Amino acid sequence: MSFFEVVRFSLRGLSANKLRSALTMLGILIGVAAVILLVAVGNGSAKAISDRIEALGTNTITVMSTGRGGSSSTALTKKMADALIDPELAPDIKSVSPVVSASSATMTYEGTDHAVSTFVGTTPDWFGASSTPVEKGASFTADDVTQGRRVVVIGQTVAEELFPGIDPIDKQVTVSGALFTVVGVLKEKSSTGFQDPNDTAIAPLTAVQQVLAGYGSLTSIIVEANDPDKVDAVQSEVSTILNQQLKVDSSSSSTTPYRIQNASSLLETQTETADTFTTLLGAVAAISLLVGGIGITNIMLVTVTERTREIGIRKALGAPRRVILNQFLIEATLLSVLGGGLGVAAALIGSQFEIVGVKPVIVPSSVGLAFGVSVAIGLFFGGLPAARAARLRPIDALRYE
Amino acid sequence: MTRPVLEVRDLKKSYGEGEATVHALRGVSMTVHRGDYVAIMGSSGSGKSTLMNILGALDIPTTGTYLLDGVDVGSLSDAQLALARNRLIGFIFQSFNLIPRTTAVANVELPLAYAGVKPKERRRRALAALDIVGLADRAGHEPNQLSGGQQQRVAVARALVTEPALLLADEPTGNLDSKSTDDVLQVFDDLSAAGKNIVIITHEDEVGARAKRLIRLVDGSIVTDVRQSPIELAPVGAAAAHAKVQSVAAGHLAAGHGTVARGSVYAAGGRHTA
Ligand SMILES: Nc1ncnc2c1ncn2[C@@H]1O[C@H](COP(=O)(O)OP(=O)(O)O)[C@@H](O)[C@H]1O
Ligand SMILES: [Mg+2]
Repeated sequence: MSFFEVVRFSLRGLSANKLRSALTMLGILIGVAAVILLVAVGNGSAKAISDRIEALGTNTITVMSTGRGGSSSTALTKKMADALIDPELAPDIKSVSPVVSASSATMTYEGTDHAVSTFVGTTPDWFGASSTPVEKGASFTADDVTQGRRVVVIGQTVAEELFPGIDPIDKQVTVSGALFTVVGVLKEKSSTGFQDPNDTAIAPLTAVQQVLAGYGSLTSIIVEANDPDKVDAVQSEVSTILNQQLKVDSSSSSTTPYRIQNASSLLETQTETADTFTTLLGAVAAISLLVGGIGITNIMLVTVTERTREIGIRKALGAPRRVILNQFLIEATLLSVLGGGLGVAAALIGSQFEIVGVKPVIVPSSVGLAFGVSVAIGLFFGGLPAARAARLRPIDALRYE
Repeated sequence: MTRPVLEVRDLKKSYGEGEATVHALRGVSMTVHRGDYVAIMGSSGSGKSTLMNILGALDIPTTGTYLLDGVDVGSLSDAQLALARNRLIGFIFQSFNLIPRTTAVANVELPLAYAGVKPKERRRRALAALDIVGLADRAGHEPNQLSGGQQQRVAVARALVTEPALLLADEPTGNLDSKSTDDVLQVFDDLSAAGKNIVIITHEDEVGARAKRLIRLVDGSIVTDVRQSPIELAPVGAAAAHAKVQSVAAGHLAAGHGTVARGSVYAAGGRHTA
């Protein structure tokens, strides 16, 4: 009997048991699609996180006060920020933006109130360093900062809340009893978490200190490097200068009163977290593949009685063992390959859509693994009973119960 | 005389071990020559099926030899056994054993496929075999669309499609009504008349009476082996078999034992075929 004929026999066998074939294929399909999609969702959210962190700028570092002791001697000051602008000691620094931020400030325009979640006071370099471009109008100038002019650039959310359908540029808003003029609107940012990044307002450092935060310490200093590769150099330059300023003995003390946050190290930890997340989803997916596999096994085992009798009949009619084995192996292969293929197709189609707010990104190895495992399960549990039955004496196969 | 179609010597078969051992066959020896039509009768559990499964190479004896067409079946490899089942033996089961959800013609084609016959030729021969059993018009029907008698005739067509040396039937009419039984037995008579070698198991006297030779099994041993009609002639047919069974019953009643009955059976058979 030719191989082609055996394939025809297998196809006939599959179509003679349509429901069973369909159920087996469905089990494999769901298992494969679940694994690929879940891993893709994990991978997609990891990618989204790293994209956002990269958008923050990988060539900046953020210096924050740890607030240890709370005394003014350990606080970050404008003076320290100025000290960082030093071509001698810190040649790799492109810009330094001192930041004060008020966590909640109420902004009023013609009787409408809006609580801005972060009100930032800084210098014009901040817009570049923090990758926060102005969409409409303009940012304020260095001159505005020195003069302490009360101008403000607002985020999209603030603009929508206070100026629905109105151009906010040049409008006057009241913040803590002081009048600010809106000079620009920020470009919309995608959300990085629970906080709305568009619910913000940026004003000159001096103005914010005067009106909201007082002349005390800075919240943070954002330092921008000339080049993303120089971030580490910048970090050590910054600590050298700050240690001088704060009179910290860098050799003896391990606890500095400030903390330097580096976007690329942040990226690393975030990626690690995301990888853990993907692994977790992968484990869930693997369990679903296993459950799918058990389903397949179940269907295959339930039909063993019927198939064993059939094998007995075929053997009684003179079918060689090899032909029987080939037929059943090809049946199992077709089922699992078709089911697996459809599962991959379903996953590829599914990955075109956002799932729980995440755009899935397919991991090629998960496709290979899911497909491989499901085909192996199908082959094993489809082929094993057939191999066993084909070895039986015809009369024992016929009597099988 | 030419080589016998089958010959078994001192065949024994036991199931289980120790206390629970069942001796299904206790040393059966018989020889079937070309053109014979043998019926094996015996009560339930007397070892008929056990013997038949061994003759069909579906099972192996515990001890004893089985020569099929001169070949010692016990010495055959798995592949050779498959070949023997395919080319030399046509087996008909009491429970039909058609492949479910597969058309009659596809069922009949199956042995030819395993014999490596090309699809076209296969189809032609399968349809011819279905024609012999009178089911050419049911070729496209699946087993569950056929009556029991029709299913059994499909099974007969499947058994004879490879033109085997030996047709074996284990209670082929056991699950059939009298009309279907007649249909199937007529096919056997025709095949026998055409020179086929047939061994059939039955527990019905009328079925046994149609064969040329009748063997009775009791508890795994042959107790009687009677030639009912000459091997070289066609079988006696339904009417004569019926008459014979009637006269056996009458003779049995009159004489009160079996030897007389056997004599009249032979007479009845001889009268018809002459
Ligand atoms: N597979 C088996 N396992 C155990 N005992 C069996 C098996 N097949 C048949 N027997 C026993 O062998 C004896 C003969 O059985 P069988 O050949 O089927 O009888 P018959 O066909 O004449 O009714 C019976 O006693 C039966 O119980
Ligand atoms: Mg029986």
